Amino acid sequence: MVFDVQNETMPRDELETLQLKRLKYLVQKVFHNVPFYNQKFQEMGIKPESIKSLSDLKYLPFTEKQDLRNNYPFGLFAVPRESVVRVHASSGTTGKATVVGYTQRDVDNWAGLMARSFEACGVTRADIVHNAYGYGLFTGGLGAHYGAEALGATILPVSGGATKRQVMLMKDFGPTVICCTPSYALHLYETALANGISIDDLKLRVGIFGAEPWTDEMRLDIQNKLRLKALDIYGLSEIMGPGVGIECIAAQDGLHIWEDHFLIEIIDPVTGEQLPAGEKGELVITTLTKEAQPLIRYRTRDITRINPIPCKCGRTHYRIERITGRSDDMLIIRGVNVFPSQIESILLETEGLSPHYQLIIDRKGSMDILEVQVEVDEKLFSDEIKHLQNMERKIMSHIKEFLGVTAKITLVEPRSIARSEGKAQRILDKRKI
Amino acid sequence: MKVEQISIFLENRAGRLADVTRTLSEAGVNIRALSLADTTDFGILRLIVTDHEKAKKALKENGFTVGRTNVVAAEVEDRPGGLHDILSMLSENGINVEYMYAFVQQSGKNAVLIFRFDRTDEAIETLQKNGIRIIPGSELYSI
Repeated sequence: MVFDVQNETMPRDELETLQLKRLKYLVQKVFHNVPFYNQKFQEMGIKPESIKSLSDLKYLPFTEKQDLRNNYPFGLFAVPRESVVRVHASSGTTGKATVVGYTQRDVDNWAGLMARSFEACGVTRADIVHNAYGYGLFTGGLGAHYGAEALGATILPVSGGATKRQVMLMKDFGPTVICCTPSYALHLYETALANGISIDDLKLRVGIFGAEPWTDEMRLDIQNKLRLKALDIYGLSEIMGPGVGIECIAAQDGLHIWEDHFLIEIIDPVTGEQLPAGEKGELVITTLTKEAQPLIRYRTRDITRINPIPCKCGRTHYRIERITGRSDDMLIIRGVNVFPSQIESILLETEGLSPHYQLIIDRKGSMDILEVQVEVDEKLFSDEIKHLQNMERKIMSHIKEFLGVTAKITLVEPRSIARSEGKAQRILDKRKI
Repeated sequence: MKVEQISIFLENRAGRLADVTRTLSEAGVNIRALSLADTTDFGILRLIVTDHEKAKKALKENGFTVGRTNVVAAEVEDRPGGLHDILSMLSENGINVEYMYAFVQQSGKNAVLIFRFDRTDEAIETLQKNGIRIIPGSELYSI
């Protein structure tokens, strides 16, 4: 039931001693090997030696997503490029992706933490895991893949898309575990029914769902329809990928963060001040063991709280509450992270001007629908239908190409997009999450 | 020889067309000819009016996106085959029509065809060479 008993059930005092030891080493390492951190430390007058206890963490600088972009692509590596065995990247327009490098040890640690996560969900070597997270630069697919192999389970690297074929494989191969976004799980269910496959034909018993916000109602819905235990997984590519945290099947109440590898704090997103245990705020993570690209106090922008109450599963690692929001304007559409600024730069690159736009997100059945409304001004306008329709198609294919999401493009009249106090209201999220 | 046409971007929603006609009516602009092209989401209204400057100004003031295009007005006899003759001739000369619309003059004998070509000057030359009368803008606005 516990993959790594020694580390997962370590008494808190021992765990904190280990964290401090790793933090001290990390601070030395980034100070000497990463110019970005060296400069930040110098500016703030911090010496690596000044970190003497875990409570000194608050003196260290934050790392923001923008810092990763500014150092694109390999500027934050703490090891020579030759030592990096794999690179992942988040979606983004040219030059704006966030890149993450891994040494062999990073890849092994990640597989180990994903194996821990699988086991915490009650998955064993006897299971067949249907992995519908996308394979590629996105961390979801490969992260779950190596974890299942490290555990010794049978992995089906199905990746995303081709839903009809997926449900056929689910019937024929009989996977007992499924990994995907919660909305895709419901989409698979509906597709199965539509293709004459009954839930009795499937052997699923555990679902590991992440990369997307969901509610308790949605969990119950998924559990009832797919007849499995639905568990929440947490991860972000900047830190590692999936498997930073996991909900255990024993309690099914919040996500254990693997604290021997990740140091967590909750801060006030506005002031940046640390908040006391139990208070809701932004999750900040320091990677304690990452070799290729360690990050100090990375601002995840995810809103949650830490629950320090010991869990009945026996793991001593603290849990965080399911992510309830974001402290920035990032949208998650069918598991893909989308910033309105990315859409804006695509529009700029597509037509060479800055049209007014609005993003409308809705959920049709179980699938997220993204609509991009673009105002037609005199520069965009043509008296010929085909020109306007070509423009719609061009914007759509650029969004698909750069961000990996399908959007419906609607041309609208100027000023039909609501503006509040002269500033355009860019996002209208109609999903009830 | 060319005629000024104004075009207006319209969302497909109730009352939008009436908003245009109200604006023109209040500005005292008369519509000579019109055509409406539509898709599932939007439409393009193309108009030839008595005073395109005035119409454009009034529409822009009311928040519409307005474009201006040069089109060609050709006169044909109002009889069976009248339109076909001119289209065959254009086709034989390799001239592509982007879109067109037509109206019949009140006086009776002739119809007016409004053409949007991609190569307007070449088209005018071909039409004239084949004895088709091109109606000048000034004449059309004041019919």
